[in-house]
Amino acid sequence: MSEQQLIQSDIALSAEEIQQIEAELVHMPQKSGAAIDALKIVQRQRGWVSDESLVAIARYLEMSPEALEGVATFYNLIYRQPVGEKVVLFCDSVSCWIRGCEGVKQKISEALGVDYGETTGDNQYTLIPVPCLGACDKAPVMMVGDDLHTNLNNEKIDQIFAKKMGKEEDA
Amino acid sequence: MDVSSTKTPMNEKVLTRNIGPDLVPTDMTAYEANGGYRALHKVMSGMSSNDCLEVIKASNLRGRGGAGFPTGMKWSFVPMGEKCSPGHKYLVCNADEMEPGTFKDRLLMECDPHQLIEGMILAAYTIQADLSYIFIRGEYVVAIERLEQALVDCYKKGYLGENILGSGYDLEMHVHTSAGRYICGEETALINALEGKRANPRAKPPFPQVSGLWGRPTIVNNVETLCNISHIIDKGPEWFQSLGLGEDAGTKLYGASGYVKNPGCWELPIGTPVREILEQHAGGMVEGRKLKGFLPGGGSTDFLVEEHLDLPMDYGSIGAAGSRMGTGTMIILDDKTCPVGMVLNLIRFFAHESCGFCTPCREGLPWTRQVLEDIEAGRGRKEDLETLLRQVKYIGAIGNTHCALAPGAMEPLQSALKYFQSDFEAHVEQGCCPYASDIKALDVKAQGESA
Repeated sequence: MSEQQLIQSDIALSAEEIQQIEAELVHMPQKSGAAIDALKIVQRQRGWVSDESLVAIARYLEMSPEALEGVATFYNLIYRQPVGEKVVLFCDSVSCWIRGCEGVKQKISEALGVDYGETTGDNQYTLIPVPCLGACDKAPVMMVGDDLHTNLNNEKIDQIFAKKMGKEEDA
Repeated sequence: MDVSSTKTPMNEKVLTRNIGPDLVPTDMTAYEANGGYRALHKVMSGMSSNDCLEVIKASNLRGRGGAGFPTGMKWSFVPMGEKCSPGHKYLVCNADEMEPGTFKDRLLMECDPHQLIEGMILAAYTIQADLSYIFIRGEYVVAIERLEQALVDCYKKGYLGENILGSGYDLEMHVHTSAGRYICGEETALINALEGKRANPRAKPPFPQVSGLWGRPTIVNNVETLCNISHIIDKGPEWFQSLGLGEDAGTKLYGASGYVKNPGCWELPIGTPVREILEQHAGGMVEGRKLKGFLPGGGSTDFLVEEHLDLPMDYGSIGAAGSRMGTGTMIILDDKTCPVGMVLNLIRFFAHESCGFCTPCREGLPWTRQVLEDIEAGRGRKEDLETLLRQVKYIGAIGNTHCALAPGAMEPLQSALKYFQSDFEAHVEQGCCPYASDIKALDVKAQGESA
């Protein structure tokens, strides 16, 4: 998308988003300091950060869209592509690897029909890897949305995604 | 195995005294009922910031985030009084726990958030900071919620805000939820992230103690380090020193993950022997697996092996053996798990998490990953082992990069090449991973058992 197109398609920040960003700006000596917070605020409202959202935030924080894009693409919990209703953060770091996370990952991919970076057809789940989730005594682990799931095995994966798989069978 | 039966009665619980087996979080009432905020009252009713600094210096507390730098000395670099130009000073808690195999700070924050906050108020007072942040990874949803509630309760009680307990000291504290990336745990990268920038580590000097967040004096301390502060102020440096078994002071949260019977995290006197942690607390190895080696304190520490089991887990002893105590949470390698595969997993992690700023890290780690992928897949050549040794030498050299990510990444590799050389050679000679059949056999067995 060209810059001209982006500016024309700028979707204004909502009053609620602005209110939340302003609350963060109180702590910041300069506006760009709230860049990550603002990206997260908008993402919470809209699910992800589109080009249009990015331009709107950059304008509000008096940053160039390029500078904000540099920030947005650095952080793995800022989504620059649409994601499903729930993001599955799958830990493939060392303790989970030792305890067999590769097999579990394969099972999830089979159950959901997606690989890393992909979203299920019904837009329910997006699967992405995440650095060590800090629950290594209960490895393998993953997060589905805000919930931590521990001591994963094939059976547990079936249970966690039972609803999803049931749906597909109905269809 | 029942861990409680192996507890030595002399082991004094300090950081986990409010954390029971049910993991019920401690609220303000429960925290205060067990001596919480006593140190805060003590300090606000008559200790100067210099008094506090002297107590922490005398305690010999060393940073629990991995580097082990003496906390009191770190704080003493902050310019004080007239030596400090007018403006903010910052105290930041590094709660960005992401070191592979590390799971101790989560426990402290989820179960006893006030202990961290009290430590932070006292640390901030010591350096006369007026603003403080808890920089916490976004995935720690439960800890974030509990810390935010605890902050609300502290403001209500007058433990935060203006004129804390009538002392004339003002302090604001906020939870900053991060947006991911391992490198944010590096203190100058963390500062850049707090400033809303890409989390590239900064060149040092200047050190953050002098010029950190927004160019102002800043102290960044790990969660576990800060959790110790109120106890040291309350009970004194001599008491704190008496807790350790060797030359280090205090207790330590130790952990073990991998194929041990009872993976977990335990508070023990610092200097507890590795064997005691692994055999009594972690319950020994799972049936059918033997210990082959272990990373003493997270993914960026050197492997140690069986001959090191009787070493005390403290900074000096583990350092003298060629590794680092790091975070104190051990990752256990067993004899059915491929050491090359394990190192490959770690190097993949570090290559992925490199911020990409310094060349040896950005270009070097993916190259190392490629060589290891070839060896693990059976495509390795004899000269690849020499290539790995060269990479260890150049990528692992301190001073070629702004931060310790790349040198840290080389630690498990260099020690694996030393202790498990024959495994690397077997991959090359046999043209496959010799552990693959073991793993398959175990998988079949496990599936048979669960069916």
